[in-house]
Amino acid sequence: MKKFKLFIIIIGFSLILVNNLRAQDTDQVNKISKNLRCLICQGQSVYDSQSDFAISMKTLIQKKIDEGKTENEIYEFLTKKYGDWIIYDPELNKNTFLLWLLPLILFVFGGILIIRKVSIK
Amino acid sequence: MIKNIKFIIIILFGLFLFLVFLKGLDKPNSYSPNSILNQIETKLTARTLYKNKEISLGELIDKNNFSLINVWASWCLPCRNEHSYLINLQKINNINIIGINYKDKEINAKKFLKDLGNPYSEILIDPDGTISIELGAYGVPETYLVNRKTNEVIKKFIGPLDDLKFKEIVKIVNNEKI
Repeated sequence: MKKFKLFIIIIGFSLILVNNLRAQDTDQVNKISKNLRCLICQGQSVYDSQSDFAISMKTLIQKKIDEGKTENEIYEFLTKKYGDWIIYDPELNKNTFLLWLLPLILFVFGGILIIRKVSIK
Repeated sequence: MIKNIKFIIIILFGLFLFLVFLKGLDKPNSYSPNSILNQIETKLTARTLYKNKEISLGELIDKNNFSLINVWASWCLPCRNEHSYLINLQKINNINIIGINYKDKEINAKKFLKDLGNPYSEILIDPDGTISIELGAYGVPETYLVNRKTNEVIKKFIGPLDDLKFKEIVKIVNNEKI
């Protein structure tokens, strides 16, 4: 009877462990797919969409994670296939530098204006 | 006077913004997938429809001629319409066509080929659609013209083949032969 109880406890714990690991994997897939644009849908992420394209994409991301690929490697792979457009959060490169730098420039410029106004007073 | 200048500046700025947005309206904002052409993943392996064995895409690409990779499914209606073009390309121009059977039932796929003819030298099955995604596909049907030497996609045809696309493929293939 004691052995049986121990057996049940071990099984229970391993199930919880497996479940937990699987959940972490799914979290990772969700995180990546939320940052990917569903290219055949309008205004939806891969995570939100139930189109064939998005479902296949999610399966592929899961496969890549199982293969041990990191998040950045997956983004790199997908941008090679589909271009920068697929990622909502674009990387800094020669095409996107203005997108990243303009808010910073405006912020600094605004800051200078305010400081000047305050110091004049 | 200063008030007037301020007013003029505001008006000019508004006009400038209006012109920028007006120009932005004309610019096509639809994403053009044709611009991304890259190397075919020759290491991709999948099970074949008829022989039931794993084979890599690299082995199927014709080393002496152009190859076409066609993503299709029996449930896809446009695939039915483009099928005659594929048959002609294979028969008349003797092009090696590799089929990727996208998210399909094997029985339906085989029936489709039995009814309409089989232009493919080999068909890889892609039950969960991941091979097509690795190839950079958006859906079905899609056709890629692959260079024999570099394994590079020369041209991507999104959607069913039609007269224009058919002529384009024939032109590219014939020009290279000369």
